[in-house]
Amino acid sequence: MYPEFGQIALILALLLAVLLSVVPLVGSLAGRDNLMAFSRPLSSGMFVFVGIAFAVLTHAFLVDDFSVAYVANNSNSLLPWYYKFSAVWGGHEGSLLLWILMLAGWTLAVAIFSRRLPDVMTAQVLSVLGMVCVGFLLFIVITSNPFDRTLPNVPADGADLNPLLQDFGLIVHPPMLYMGYVGFAVAFAFAIAALINGRLDAAWARWSRPWTTVAWAFLSLGIALGSWWAYYELGWGGWWFWDPVENASLLPWLSGTALMHSLAVTEKRGVFKSWTVLLAIVTFSLSLLGAFLVRSGVLTSVHSFAADPERGTFLLGLLAVTVIASLALYAFRAPVVHVRSRYGSFSREVFLLLNNVLLVSATILVAVGTLYPLVLDYLELGMLSIGEPFFNLTFSPLAVAAGLLLGAGIFSRWKKTDGGWLGRKLLWPLAISTLVTAAVLVGYGGFTTWAFLGVFASVWVTVATFWDLWDKSSSRKGRLHGLKRQSRSYYGMVLGHLGLAITMVGATVVSNYGIERDVRMVPGDVASVGDYQVAFKSIGQRQGPNFTAQYGTFDVLLDGERVAVLHPEKRQYTVGMSVMTEADIDAGLSRDIFVAIGERITDEAWAIRLQYKPLVRWLWLGSLFMAAGGFLAIADRRYRIRERADQKAEASTNVPESGSPTSAGATS
Amino acid sequence: MKRFLLFLPLLIAIVVGIVLFAGIGKDPTKLESALVGKPVPAFSLRDLHNPDTMLDQSLFQGQVSLLNVWGTWCPACKDEHDDLMWLAEEKGVNIIGLNYKDNREDALVWLDRLGDPYRKTIYDPRGTLGFDLGVYGAPETFVIDAGGVVRYRHVGVVNETVWEQTLLPVINDVRGNG
Amino acid sequence: MVRIVCLVLALLLPAFAAADVADVYEFSDRAEEQRYQNLIAELRCPKCQNQNIADSNAPISKDMRDVVYRMMNDGASNEEIVESLVGRFGEFVRYKPEFDSRTFLLWATPAIAVFGGLLVVAGVVIRSRRSGPESPALSAEEKARVDKMLADQDRSS
Repeated sequence: MYPEFGQIALILALLLAVLLSVVPLVGSLAGRDNLMAFSRPLSSGMFVFVGIAFAVLTHAFLVDDFSVAYVANNSNSLLPWYYKFSAVWGGHEGSLLLWILMLAGWTLAVAIFSRRLPDVMTAQVLSVLGMVCVGFLLFIVITSNPFDRTLPNVPADGADLNPLLQDFGLIVHPPMLYMGYVGFAVAFAFAIAALINGRLDAAWARWSRPWTTVAWAFLSLGIALGSWWAYYELGWGGWWFWDPVENASLLPWLSGTALMHSLAVTEKRGVFKSWTVLLAIVTFSLSLLGAFLVRSGVLTSVHSFAADPERGTFLLGLLAVTVIASLALYAFRAPVVHVRSRYGSFSREVFLLLNNVLLVSATILVAVGTLYPLVLDYLELGMLSIGEPFFNLTFSPLAVAAGLLLGAGIFSRWKKTDGGWLGRKLLWPLAISTLVTAAVLVGYGGFTTWAFLGVFASVWVTVATFWDLWDKSSSRKGRLHGLKRQSRSYYGMVLGHLGLAITMVGATVVSNYGIERDVRMVPGDVASVGDYQVAFKSIGQRQGPNFTAQYGTFDVLLDGERVAVLHPEKRQYTVGMSVMTEADIDAGLSRDIFVAIGERITDEAWAIRLQYKPLVRWLWLGSLFMAAGGFLAIADRRYRIRERADQKAEASTNVPESGSPTSAGATS
Repeated sequence: MKRFLLFLPLLIAIVVGIVLFAGIGKDPTKLESALVGKPVPAFSLRDLHNPDTMLDQSLFQGQVSLLNVWGTWCPACKDEHDDLMWLAEEKGVNIIGLNYKDNREDALVWLDRLGDPYRKTIYDPRGTLGFDLGVYGAPETFVIDAGGVVRYRHVGVVNETVWEQTLLPVINDVRGNG
Repeated sequence: MVRIVCLVLALLLPAFAAADVADVYEFSDRAEEQRYQNLIAELRCPKCQNQNIADSNAPISKDMRDVVYRMMNDGASNEEIVESLVGRFGEFVRYKPEFDSRTFLLWATPAIAVFGGLLVVAGVVIRSRRSGPESPALSAEEKARVDKMLADQDRSS
């Protein structure tokens, strides 16, 4: 198989993308159905060719074709096959190809699942997606061809995949993350299409919503996987570093969450349309900004790909064209006439507006914190480092405020909620939350302000969510009936909010009650961390597939009983000679015990890092809940509509229908 | 007014774009020295070649010097060594060496094999002077004026391009100002 | 990540096992140890790609940790320790920006954003109040139809 087939496939995909950007769009503006009809086949074709390119590159990795420069730089014959597979996206060119594959995939998905949309809308959405594809395909074909050859000097073996990346995390984290990043392109395309054809209404919001929700769910998963991976891989027990690349993934997530909630208001009440469109554009722009930051070398990060000014400039150009064109379109075409609607001070609309204020403020905070050093450098005002201490201090109050707002907002009603009624309704949840929080704090042994606020906000959200579920599921036919009657969309919301509470309480508890010790140990020593004892049994050498390691054995004891045996390692990789610390963790739902080998102090003695991390797994468990909530919510609409369509089909084959009441999306 | 507000995001995006564009190509890992404009920190360390002789900051008085931080454990230092020899021999540049976190024997063997471009070499096995100078990785080269004040720090290898475009202008500037 | 706070809980936690090992850096009490952890979390490794000196393996980080420990034992204050490192390595190593004219906008960002947003929301609510009379309530007949429909739905689902 010649790698050149991959290159040709990409060029063909580019041609199809160009056609996709132009033909259906022209058709939609000129009212030509035959041109609009090209949108679906062009989308399929584009996906097929990108898929071929991806398959060719994967094949090159799996057969160790080191005549391809990218394979030679990122792989090695000693690499296990599953890492050869994930090495496809281990570097810039390949991960870009993965990005484009996802983009083509989402385009195809829109083409398939858009039967219910008016043709004009479908054509324009697909054309906009086509334009985004053109940009990225140009980028990869011109500056970042993964199929460049090393001929005539084919190396005997590859340079090996960075040991940090030789891990399960690489197999799952980038694909999930990119599904999310790229998925927001769909919401973006819907927004642009709405600005082009001027049809910005509740129906538009209803179509955009599931696409936004599922992209958000993937992004939540992707970010959580990244955090989990960094935690066990990097050897120091941290789960979030406020690194510029991490922030780059958080920005579209925060903005995307605001977008999801804003779409709900626009769909239900037809208001805030202009704002929602802006959010859709901003969210995808932030995805693009993230892609740029990672690949341009403009900011220092543990995650960045190798910096290349030419690529950085091209990508910035791509980013600039997309963002400026869409924001200009927004500025000229967004409606200024507002829907006249009344809403009370405690209405659901207002609560969701406040939710947006907090989320957008958080987005602005993270963006400013990340880019500020660049701005100062540009103005030649010197260097500045902005990291964890800053972000933790400024982000936490916003998170707590969002939690408090959520709990109260759950009970709010559309259009008007009586303030007094709401206040009285919140009294019991307030009391219960305070008691539970106090119990948790006592259980973990100590009061600090942040621990109290964080735990309280989480408990508050949980209590309010269940209280509301209890209220809504009351029915004359019994509780079970009432529960079954709630829509999947509602349960999606419940799961999503519970997920947030779980993540928040995990973050709060592990940050405030975690214990960390750096101790000097020789084999035979026993150290304590929290209630646990860790005994250093022995340390020896071990040979791995492509490394040699110092292999330690540690017993973890609780009240004298052994609960786990841990084997942290210090590995030296054969190719590249890099040294890596592999921590070992005794994982549990209520706590992790984390042991890592540090430096060698003397022949016998080692610096050992021990950590007790309560509830750390809840961080990621919460994200699972959030993602599950997202997936559940989109299962709602489709089911209903298909069912109604089936019922209609059935009814029409039997008896002429006598008007049945149609419910267009009930409750939440 | 309303329409103007809608243009605000666009304006912000353009400003951000300009800032980002300016950042491309700059290497964020190269830090400016905090010691520019300050005198070389006081130190008292042994001479690499003559362990009985102590060297101190007066070494930098009287003429402009380059202070080159190196170690035998640093592969890039080996790369730049030929260029340093060229600077010392062909260009007559006064280079003082700082042997940073190294082993005396290894360092002497190295200089013997590759040549010694340094007028004097300071032996700093524990890296104390390096630390005071804000050295965070080798190789690094400082430009120090005749009064013993640090004027510039270059992070990374010194080669002909670096000499001509970076170091020489600073030295001329320093000399020009007396 | 290293917002991990060592508990000052001599009262509530059980006493350590008698044969406990020495910390790599020994401190006179928990509070001092906590102070050390906080300090090294706020100092940035000059060589690494964005890590604090607590998490970094680089030799320069180790040197900096040693200096922090030594200065703490000599009785230096947090400010003195940070200043001495900044004096050598530049503002770059300070992870928590000082609050001065350069960074004022940075620290004020969340407050400005939130208050700005609240003003907008207040404006929206006030403006909505001024818009038109409330939609007319349901008439008795309409109300009866609604009740019937709800009852039907209950029965059929």
